[in-house]
Amino acid sequence: MRAAEASAVAREWQRFTPAERVARFSVYLAIVAAIVWSIDTIEVIPEFLYDAPEQMADLLVRMWPIDYAHYPRAIHETLVETLHIATLGTILTLVMAVPVGLLTARTITPHPALNWLGQLILVSSRSVNSLVWALLFVAVFGPGALAGTLAIAFRSVGFVGKLLAEALEETHKGPIEALRAVGAPWLSILLKGYWPQVQPSFWSISLLRWDINVRESAVLGLVGAGGIGVALDDALNFFYWDRVAMILLTIFVVVIVAEVAVNAIRKKII
Amino acid sequence: MTAAAGSPGAAPRRAFVPSWPKRIALLAVAAYVIYAASLLGISWERFLIGMDEGARFIGRMVPPNFTRWELLLKGLLESMQIAVLASALGIAISLPVGVLAARNLMPASVTVPMRVFIGACRSLHPVIVAIMFVKAVGFGALAGVLALVVASIGFIGKLFAEAIEEISLKQVEAVRSTGASFMNVMTFGVLPQVMARFIGFSLYQLDSNLRNSTMVGIVGAGGIGGTLFAAFKRFDYDYVCAILIAIIALIFAAEIFSNWLRRTFQ
Repeated sequence: MRAAEASAVAREWQRFTPAERVARFSVYLAIVAAIVWSIDTIEVIPEFLYDAPEQMADLLVRMWPIDYAHYPRAIHETLVETLHIATLGTILTLVMAVPVGLLTARTITPHPALNWLGQLILVSSRSVNSLVWALLFVAVFGPGALAGTLAIAFRSVGFVGKLLAEALEETHKGPIEALRAVGAPWLSILLKGYWPQVQPSFWSISLLRWDINVRESAVLGLVGAGGIGVALDDALNFFYWDRVAMILLTIFVVVIVAEVAVNAIRKKII
Repeated sequence: MTAAAGSPGAAPRRAFVPSWPKRIALLAVAAYVIYAASLLGISWERFLIGMDEGARFIGRMVPPNFTRWELLLKGLLESMQIAVLASALGIAISLPVGVLAARNLMPASVTVPMRVFIGACRSLHPVIVAIMFVKAVGFGALAGVLALVVASIGFIGKLFAEAIEEISLKQVEAVRSTGASFMNVMTFGVLPQVMARFIGFSLYQLDSNLRNSTMVGIVGAGGIGGTLFAAFKRFDYDYVCAILIAIIALIFAAEIFSNWLRRTFQ
């Protein structure tokens, strides 16, 4: 008895239990093993690597001077198309994400099977990259902006729906109970109980996603789904690097302007 | 509803007044949708034709064709290698970059260029960055790794800098008042406050890199994306279906793995 107490006192304090230490150690081991394995087996062609500086210099020389005249000729039209794809895709996303979000939120849909169905829709939307969505829709609807818009919309549903469901689950119970107590129908509960509470996060999520979608819709054209990516793909295929530089500059400027605008609007509405 | 509200004498008060500006905004959005849809050549007929095409397309996708599973596995492994290396390098680089971009630790002469650098890394889509690197270092996995390193710096660097800006400066001051060197202030005053969030960002980026590493192959930067795109161009849809299933399974497995990692480090 005495001995046990003494050993308990003498025992050194440790932050983690043995099981935790084993787990952490195995994580470190796994990380190191993964990195070593990757370095060991990844295929890098050394000849390509040696002349990388030359190639980079060559690229910059070919890009300069930037072909500004290409903007009114071909880029402007596709840029407008890109912005329409992003915006229209985001609006379509909101239309689809609201019902799925409602389905997923446990406080609104009290049935676990339905919640699970909502989760499944959201996860499958998120785990398919927007370029893959674009490939699929190009195969279905043919090349063009329709495929791009749908790709943007289907990819964004997962993101918007997940965040919307989380916002819905975090609402205060008070106003909802009050509405329920006066016998309000469920549509009124949704519109007057939940909506005012999730409205700020709803707008902020939508704006954030629009910003991401502007970025994503710029590459959809590489697989033929419309927008500025089509112009980029054309320029790349013909090795017009000065045009490529102009297109990249355009994308860069638009993305930065979109981000600044979104931040300004978000500050205003939150 | 209006008649019942309010006591006699007082002006009737409606509970939920309709807001005209909001209704007009909603109408404007609807008008925009119609305008943009017509501009992009989106129409109902086209949608219906597409539905027919879609049925045929799905018909050709099933059953998925796994006979060339060796090529598939090779592509998946390469994607994983790209993701692992890009995350390791990207995380290692974003740690100092994030510290240098934090406005409460560094003077503006350091943070402003760092912020521009992070912004530049973030602004272009990884696939576009991959195009540049394919030109610079040739076709193959290395271009993909470099492109995703850039993306990782853009994401983790920004969030890490923001996390550092939110720390409590009291602990930093306490460490500094003992005469500690800059590195000691970092290790004992700053990093303990932000390490948990940094690990969170890194895990998220690992997931995100894995997703993107399956895509950079479309422009020739290695991984399963090249196989996917090639199969697509050959209208080899049952093989496309098999690749897609494999990619989704990989991403699911990665998500489960990263959740387990997150729990271990909490």
